[in-house]
Amino acid sequence: MSGPYIRPVSRTGWWLTQPRYVRYMMREISSLFIGGYMLIMITGLYRLSQGPQEYAAFLAALLGPAGVAYTLVTFVFAAYHTYTWFIVTPKAMPLVFAGKRVPGSVIVAAHWVGFAVISVALWLLMTAQGV
Amino acid sequence: MSDRVVEFEILRYDPDQDETPRFQTYSVPCHEDWVVLDAINYIKDELDRTLSYRWSCHMAVCGSCGMVINGEPALACHAFVRDYPDQIRVEPLHNFPVERDLVVNMDDFIGKLTSVKPWLIAKDPKTIDEGAYLQSKAELSIFKQYTACINCLLCYSACPQYALNDAFVGPAALALAHRYNQDSRDVGRSARQDVVASNPGIWECSFVGACSEVCPKSVDPAAAIQQAKIASTGDYFLDFLMPWRNKAADDGSNDQ
Amino acid sequence: MARSHKPIVWGLFAAGGTVAAFVLPVLILLSGAGVALGLLPASSLEYENLRSLLTHPLTRLVLFGVLFLILWHAAHRLRITAHDLGIRADTLVATVFYAIAGLGSVLLAIALMALA
Repeated sequence: MSGPYIRPVSRTGWWLTQPRYVRYMMREISSLFIGGYMLIMITGLYRLSQGPQEYAAFLAALLGPAGVAYTLVTFVFAAYHTYTWFIVTPKAMPLVFAGKRVPGSVIVAAHWVGFAVISVALWLLMTAQGV
Repeated sequence: MSDRVVEFEILRYDPDQDETPRFQTYSVPCHEDWVVLDAINYIKDELDRTLSYRWSCHMAVCGSCGMVINGEPALACHAFVRDYPDQIRVEPLHNFPVERDLVVNMDDFIGKLTSVKPWLIAKDPKTIDEGAYLQSKAELSIFKQYTACINCLLCYSACPQYALNDAFVGPAALALAHRYNQDSRDVGRSARQDVVASNPGIWECSFVGACSEVCPKSVDPAAAIQQAKIASTGDYFLDFLMPWRNKAADDGSNDQ
Repeated sequence: MARSHKPIVWGLFAAGGTVAAFVLPVLILLSGAGVALGLLPASSLEYENLRSLLTHPLTRLVLFGVLFLILWHAAHRLRITAHDLGIRADTLVATVFYAIAGLGSVLLAIALMALA
């Protein structure tokens, strides 16, 4: 007589069993690259504060093959983070306007517009100053 | 319209005989308009009377027939055989102990549901003679979707955080807490917070979102939980900055 | 069940995630990817250029805010990911990741103040 059966769950591999879990894990792993990139930027700013020689060594590493690869992978993950963050925003903060629920798609679209405006503004601001 | 023969691979488990579950295959001639529940009923009626499972309304309102069908949590009465290939694997809901065949033990959920006090906690309770509580359409629309929960537990079956930690209060219970917290007639939010805002409450959720994807009634428990996180975070910092606020909250006057 | 203290880190996580969603892609382009992809001249990242860009205290303050929030966002999310990948020692994991974020924050503050 065994009683109720508890099915085992793989603590490490559960997310490989369904596409939706894989997409979730990709979203979560984005933070590994994003967090790493923050540490790289902080290191860069620290080297910048130390002086031209220290900074030049950092910059050479950043623009070397490993640095470029990491940066580009992080860019892809950052874009995926943006995409997944915007999509869930209407769920976390539902909006009611004139007695009606604002459709999620409208909220998401507004976020993308804001994203484009901010990105262009920052780009122009930084490049105009001679970045 | 001829019947399509579909092979149903169904999990069997007899607690008196079996150490572990096994799969048993049945060939079922399925009518074009059948749902998986019809096929399971056919198996029980015609092929194997020992098969145990729960069902009732056959119209996706009672929440009894939740199962995992070809890997996806679904209501057996809501899963049309024509949408599936010739082989269909049917298992009991994930993350619950298997009592027998397709029947799971849902005591854990019932305990959690009770713990979030899923009933109206009114500020000035009225008797029937005093008349109805008044509520506008706008006030109703804020929480109406969360009233649709039929406690079918597909969300618990899909939730990986519940799979990894069964102390997690879970999507349906938290969505129902939210249903009452958002109800303009209710002032019980602080009474529910000890469970809702605990570590195994909303904070165990990592917004996988699988719960909302599998919900047959479009309750969107993931949304309910994220909204509760924002509200609880606001509460936390406001309570810290204004400690006297907590006292006000207990008499129910400080609601969302 | 007691009310959790998670709101502290979750607040940082949510703020950092929002900031990251809006500014991180363009920030990555401006800080390395742009040069790598040929959208910006290599001179844009050189010492003199960057130092002149960061002279204004407001620029450095905003940059601190942005990097600080995104750093803590990543630290919290990675804590959850460790749990998702089967590492059960949550208190240890949280301590390690938040300590890294804390040290990073301190280093960032030191660097930005030294760039005055």
